[in-house]
Amino acid sequence: MRYLPLTDADRREMLGVIGARSVDELFRDVPASARLGAKIAGLPDHQGELEVERAFLAYAGKNLSPATTPFFIGAGAYRHHVPATVDYMIQRGEFLTSYTPYQPEITQGTLQYLFEFQTQITLLTGMEVANASMYDGSTGASEAVLMANRVTRRHKALISGGLHPQYRRIIETTAKWEGFKAVISRADAGGLEDLIAAVDKDTSCVVVQNPSFFGHVRDFTKLAAACHAAGALLIVVVTEVVSLGLIKPPGEMGADIVVCEGQSIGNGLGFGGPYVGLFATREKYMRQMPGRLVGETVDADGKRGFVLTLSTREQHIRREKATSNICTNAGLCALAFTVHLTLLGEAGFRRLAELNHAKASELADRIAAIPDVKVLNDSFFNEFTVQLPKPAAPVVEALAAKRILGGLPVSRLIPDDPSVENLLLLAATETATEHGMGPLVAALKEVL
Amino acid sequence: MANSQDRSQGRTGGIVSGGAPAAATFTGNRALQIEEPLIFEMGQPGRCGVDLPEPPKVKDRLNGLRRTGDIGLPGLSEPQVVQHYTRLSQKNYAIDMGVYPLGSCTMKHNPRINEKVARLPGIGDLHPLQPVSTVQGALELIDRLAHWLKTLTGMPAVAMSPAAGAHGEMCGMMAIAAALEAKGERQKRKVVLAPESAHGTNPATAAALGFTVKPIPANDRGRVDLAALKAALGPASGSEVAAIMLTNPNTCGLFENEIVEIAQAVHDAGAYFYCDGANFNAIVGRVRPGDLGIDCMHINLHKTFSTPHGGGGPGAGPVVLSAALAPYAPYPWIVKDGEKWRVAEDGAAVDGTPLGRLKAFHGQMGMFTRALAYMMSHGADGLKQAAEDAVLSANYVMAALKDTMSPAFEGPCMHEALFDDSFLKDTGVSTLDFAKAMIDEGYHPMTMYFPLVVHGAMLIEPTESQAKEDLDLFLGALRSLAAKAKTGTAAEAFKAAPLYAPRRRLDETLAARKPILRWKPSNNPPETDPLKHAAE
Repeated sequence: MRYLPLTDADRREMLGVIGARSVDELFRDVPASARLGAKIAGLPDHQGELEVERAFLAYAGKNLSPATTPFFIGAGAYRHHVPATVDYMIQRGEFLTSYTPYQPEITQGTLQYLFEFQTQITLLTGMEVANASMYDGSTGASEAVLMANRVTRRHKALISGGLHPQYRRIIETTAKWEGFKAVISRADAGGLEDLIAAVDKDTSCVVVQNPSFFGHVRDFTKLAAACHAAGALLIVVVTEVVSLGLIKPPGEMGADIVVCEGQSIGNGLGFGGPYVGLFATREKYMRQMPGRLVGETVDADGKRGFVLTLSTREQHIRREKATSNICTNAGLCALAFTVHLTLLGEAGFRRLAELNHAKASELADRIAAIPDVKVLNDSFFNEFTVQLPKPAAPVVEALAAKRILGGLPVSRLIPDDPSVENLLLLAATETATEHGMGPLVAALKEVL
Repeated sequence: MANSQDRSQGRTGGIVSGGAPAAATFTGNRALQIEEPLIFEMGQPGRCGVDLPEPPKVKDRLNGLRRTGDIGLPGLSEPQVVQHYTRLSQKNYAIDMGVYPLGSCTMKHNPRINEKVARLPGIGDLHPLQPVSTVQGALELIDRLAHWLKTLTGMPAVAMSPAAGAHGEMCGMMAIAAALEAKGERQKRKVVLAPESAHGTNPATAAALGFTVKPIPANDRGRVDLAALKAALGPASGSEVAAIMLTNPNTCGLFENEIVEIAQAVHDAGAYFYCDGANFNAIVGRVRPGDLGIDCMHINLHKTFSTPHGGGGPGAGPVVLSAALAPYAPYPWIVKDGEKWRVAEDGAAVDGTPLGRLKAFHGQMGMFTRALAYMMSHGADGLKQAAEDAVLSANYVMAALKDTMSPAFEGPCMHEALFDDSFLKDTGVSTLDFAKAMIDEGYHPMTMYFPLVVHGAMLIEPTESQAKEDLDLFLGALRSLAAKAKTGTAAEAFKAAPLYAPRRRLDETLAARKPILRWKPSNNPPETDPLKHAAE
């Protein structure tokens, strides 16, 4: 077996040093009833690299790759071009095969890029501090609510109808099992929801998304003021982080916690994961944050260096009193994010955002020109909601039969609300071309 | 450079003898050790590492919310970016460089075929919300991995979506809460038992779900004290215990030899058995946890099944479930109808009452692909051999060091060897000092000060990936360090370690007392300011 360096001679020699006759002796603490005599049945034996690769090519062959087809799906995961440098960098073994930087003297590489990453996140979001990443945006949103409950010592979260439906369900699940109240607003396809009247003295936080799940771009400045007047926190979720290159950041609207899904920068679609959650807040709430934090310090020679810090918040020190049970973050995805954003820089990031907005604007105009189809959004970034004259789910299936991945039928994520049945969510990023938009518009006309 | 003299003086007293005093360099670099500024100290307006077309002019549809002012991101060209991250990478230790004996973390070889297949077009680039008719191969792949996990653990069901081990713990404990609720016992059973040696995530998870965590003591053999456990459980009728959370093999590197009796006692009391599967690598292919009577167990794919640790994630933590807990598995469920795969998402009718949803989409697909490639490469035969080699290597470490260092417990260990610090008594050298001295020998230190139940703990997990000659060199280094420490005159030298790493010991107290969590122009210390350097 190519991954196992020990030879039979090595094994015999090692058993001799140990003073055991066989390896079975080393397993003698396993109860006899649970010892398997032979290898486990029902699984194949080892295979060479060629055979393994062939098996995965077969799996891949049963899927429709977005690279080969017109593609317009978003809804919390976006198809962007990732420069080749990014994937090369994250595959360097010194990054790929290192672990949480517990020994800072020999993990300054990881620690420094995480420090740079944290800085980048504060700049993008307009916030004061950021952590070293969360599993993804969806779990980060739920952690943000828990943090707001800790900060305010209240137990009622107001959830916008513009929040991604799966994010909403994760918060509901957390609320049910961890014991707080989540008040859910109904789906806000029109982008007109006003949550200010619902904020009261029991509210720990209001969770909104910008642009919303349905694509609307909103100003939450007044909502933030209303939250603060009532002693609640405003949590702003961003699932398309590229939008921060063009849209006023949540920090400037008065957000207290900002959670983003960072997948769009540096990380491929990957069928839903692993992604990277970005988590930022105000300095005064720093010690209530979940997750790892990297801080600057000096070494014994007075040279600048970086360490994991404020770990007295964390489970390995605080155990049952920790701010969160989180242990790892999404280190390598955070590296992909930070490398890509460093390549983009100020000019590239802004231009990327402009390109996305321009492509989506073009698509929206072309879709709006189709008879009986209505674009619901007055505002959007790179994604918008379309009302079709009939249910969207079969339309999307009919497009898929033509090898066109033509958006998400909203009913897939909100199956219990008949009012969204005809709604289609369409996204266009910098990867969209005439070769994709033309066939999409033509096929839509055909199947409607 | 004002501090160069201090540094060379530090080296003369070093542990490794015979080194020449270090000379100062103009750049502050030392050959391959290159000082690297932050990206924010390198950027120039007008530089960019990508070429994007000029965007067509369109009418803004941003609701008047266009971002104004600079974001503040630095501009770097592609070669600068490549050099920056390459230099940073060279400041890291990694599995690819040598023995990485971090106990409880299973730092085994990460095969590159796994990386390759995870990036294949048609796998790595799929959108999670494509119509299911266009992702049949992806769903089949997830189900195939689920089959391996169920077969290897002897459990009937698995929840695939948890993003990491701790997330899997949350999933499993929520499933237990759901099962208790279904029986009308959730209000009555508010206690979770966990050994003092447990990973910190166990009590943190239980507490988050509103349980009171009660420690159960260990016996003098490093295992759960069965009598104390039975007493803590109380009689079935009046038991307030919801579950026990137990790692097996445990965090002392030992197999809980009374685990069947433990499971029986837990079940007799009407409670559930959560097994922390962090140490599954010791037994994979040789023992099925399902045969031991557990109700659920998370599996860290980044440990046992070699998905890369990536500097601290991403991980993946699928949870295998007993028949009693399977109905509560969270959405999504991957279901086969005839020849077609589908994803049962929130609200869909399934054969159970799911506890809710824990993560967007379908879980850590990229990790699933890598883990399945690892399993297929090993096969049932290779996985068993890997577990045996991991246990053999740990026992070899234990045997080779038992007269030099101080094993915490008697008898064979599983995949990791635990030592206490009694061999360092009266030497002035602490576990931390010992670990830092290993860095100068070219090794990542073992896990230190965990588990908490052993004084000055040193937990060494060699894994199955090290050749015997590499282990021998590593063991020689440890014996040499132990011998030096025991001379009783080396404390100063140990306290100065490491000397040869990219950084000497870092001031963690300062970092926590005055937290600097982001770069600002004002935090740039003058001695590392590259422009000031150049001016000098």
